[in-house]
Amino acid sequence: MKVLAALSGGVDSAVAAARAVDAGHEVVGVHMALSRSRAQHRNGSRGCCSIEDASDARRAADVLGIPYYVWDLSEEFEDTVVADFLSEYEAGRTPNPCVRCNEHIKFAALLDRGLALGFDAVATGHYARIVDGEHGRELHRAVDSAKDQSYVLAVMGRERLERSLFPLGDVESKDVVRAEAAARGLSVSAKPDSYDICFVADGDTRGFLAARLGERPGEIVDSSGAVVGTHQGAYGFTVGQRRGLGITTPASDGAPRYVVATDPAANRVVVGPAALLSVDEITGGDVVWLAEPGPFQDVTVQVRAHGEPVAATVEVDGGTLVARLATPLRGIAAGQSIVVYRGTRVLGQASITSAARAGAVGAVR
Amino acid sequence: MTATYLDHAATTVVRDEVAHAYAEDLRRLGNPSSVHSFGREARRVLEESREQLAADLGAHPTEVIFTAGGTEADNLAVVGGFHAARGTRPAVAISAVEHHAVLDAAHWLGSAQGAEVTELAVDREGVLDLDALTAYLASAAERTAVLAVMWANNETGALQPVREVVAAAGGVAVHTDAVQALGHVPLDFAEIGVTTLALSGHKVGAPVGVGALLARRDAALAPVLHGGGQERGIRSGTLDAAGARALALAVRLAVAEQASEQARLGELRDRLQAGVLAAIPEVSARSAGADRLPGHLLLTIPGTDADAVLFGLDAAGVAASSGSACTAGVTQPSHVLLAMGDDVRTARSAVRFTLGRTTTEADIDRVLAVLPGVVERARAANLPRQGASVTRSGQPRPAGEPAPSGRGRVAGVR
Repeated sequence: MKVLAALSGGVDSAVAAARAVDAGHEVVGVHMALSRSRAQHRNGSRGCCSIEDASDARRAADVLGIPYYVWDLSEEFEDTVVADFLSEYEAGRTPNPCVRCNEHIKFAALLDRGLALGFDAVATGHYARIVDGEHGRELHRAVDSAKDQSYVLAVMGRERLERSLFPLGDVESKDVVRAEAAARGLSVSAKPDSYDICFVADGDTRGFLAARLGERPGEIVDSSGAVVGTHQGAYGFTVGQRRGLGITTPASDGAPRYVVATDPAANRVVVGPAALLSVDEITGGDVVWLAEPGPFQDVTVQVRAHGEPVAATVEVDGGTLVARLATPLRGIAAGQSIVVYRGTRVLGQASITSAARAGAVGAVR
Repeated sequence: MTATYLDHAATTVVRDEVAHAYAEDLRRLGNPSSVHSFGREARRVLEESREQLAADLGAHPTEVIFTAGGTEADNLAVVGGFHAARGTRPAVAISAVEHHAVLDAAHWLGSAQGAEVTELAVDREGVLDLDALTAYLASAAERTAVLAVMWANNETGALQPVREVVAAAGGVAVHTDAVQALGHVPLDFAEIGVTTLALSGHKVGAPVGVGALLARRDAALAPVLHGGGQERGIRSGTLDAAGARALALAVRLAVAEQASEQARLGELRDRLQAGVLAAIPEVSARSAGADRLPGHLLLTIPGTDADAVLFGLDAAGVAASSGSACTAGVTQPSHVLLAMGDDVRTARSAVRFTLGRTTTEADIDRVLAVLPGVVERARAANLPRQGASVTRSGQPRPAGEPAPSGRGRVAGVR
């Protein structure tokens, strides 16, 4: 196959490309330039956007002996991932930009462009497994559950799964990847992992939002409506958040308070006790299936990138799903993905629109 | 697959004679500034090279200032010229299509040194608008330290009216970047009358790392590099006898071949241009209405991104470049094409073929055979841009929000 290897400049994508070469594919490396205002050097844990990362990707391609190009997808990235990030926060939800990047950039803009230019598939350094099942390809969790990224990949859908390669899905741990990189002479073998949001240059999400959306001072209220503090923009708060609230009036019972809702229309942040965060019914929209659509009994759902799977039943109504959890979860933020698994297999995913305590009066949005 | 190299304006083949002479002098021991016999021998090589270079380019040997390349020569002329006239002449004027070695030097003077910087407009063919120059000089001639207009543009190949610029400039110092022109069109420093002229060795078959600024003896230039006071006290740094010999030899060979190469490359380029225009719909050959360097063909190919075309050409064994290439960063839309009135989309679709000494008929045939298919694929791969893409929630980027800016350009290639 002619394979387009996405090279971020990190160790995972370099080893993934190397494995694609070893598998006999004709591999071409592409580094996606996603930010228009790229830093010269890596800054702490943030990767993927600096010019140093592009240079690392080039060196990896040199070592592997594959052609290398930089593709400028910064306009698409700004128009989809960053714009979605801003509008979701503005609407009081908590987006996952990595999911959106996989949906719009890596397995869309990049893959589509590659297919048009004569490639058969895109290979990335994601940790997930593709298994040839009875009814086509299936997406499964990676062998290394600590690194598993199936949660952020579920959004790609079945067609794009057919055109994807994840050569790292079966590695036992990141250490194996690092050792393999060192053995192959890849200079990125000891490069730190990247965390955080790549386009938020200093890791200060609230500062980024304030710079792009402007400061919008408002009130923090408790569930009775009493004002207990102020904020500089309701968009900077996430359901379940406890720190950084700056509440001056202590709760009458002295218990810690959490963000239980944000109301962008009124520019208000509502805080309350932990009990109000507990939900067991999650509704999601924009459903994407990687299996025959449900309903499903005896499945698990995962509601955040590094969350534990929880037993659930899932009902489906067109493009909407409702998951009923066997045990309640706390701090479910609208805008995050809910991914449905059977065992290690991804069945589908949706974007969370609301979460509630079944039968409870105080539904949490 | 034998590769077709049509990127001679980025760099070209080092001539065998030059490589041989360069290697010989690399092994020669002696600093040309030393007084002993070793130094004298190295100095002799350096000065003979200076005299030879001057003779071939219509300059006096004293007017030759060796540098480490074209970029340094341009910076010395623009930055050094500004600093020498500082206090009396605070303005710098450049054509809008200058190479970044002039453009960025001038804008750095503006942002960091308080210079008043003016970019002079070009027409749709990318040629300096002499009316704009006249209007500028009418109000600012006495304030202007340096007026820089390149001899030939590196992207389009368009020749600039340097002679007319000199005539209009009166007493204003005129700098011309002749890096692309050297070896391709007749070039005589005394006859053209500029104050300073930049040239680069590796564009004419010498190695990378040597160039020169031709500077009239009355040119006011403050040093940019400070040190041992070599080269008239204007350019410090240990003198590079081997590089000077390589440059002088390459220039001598290029000047000797210039007329025949101009004719030969012009014919090949015209055949390439005619073939491309006939075979591919909607393609434009840029600056074709102006006098151009014989080996330059800049195409804009609507409906493509240059990098998709270059990718396809590379895979087919053809090496070309976008208008303004980058090595580590993102290809930026060409400032030259933007100055010529192109929109950003068009400016991002520019692909440049530059022919050189080793170019043959077979190279042209290869391009004509593969380019139509490459363009077809690139057009199919073209991404919807600028408002065509929407977010998941169906909202385009809010109107009035500035487009992302900032520069990914790291390492420019001519």
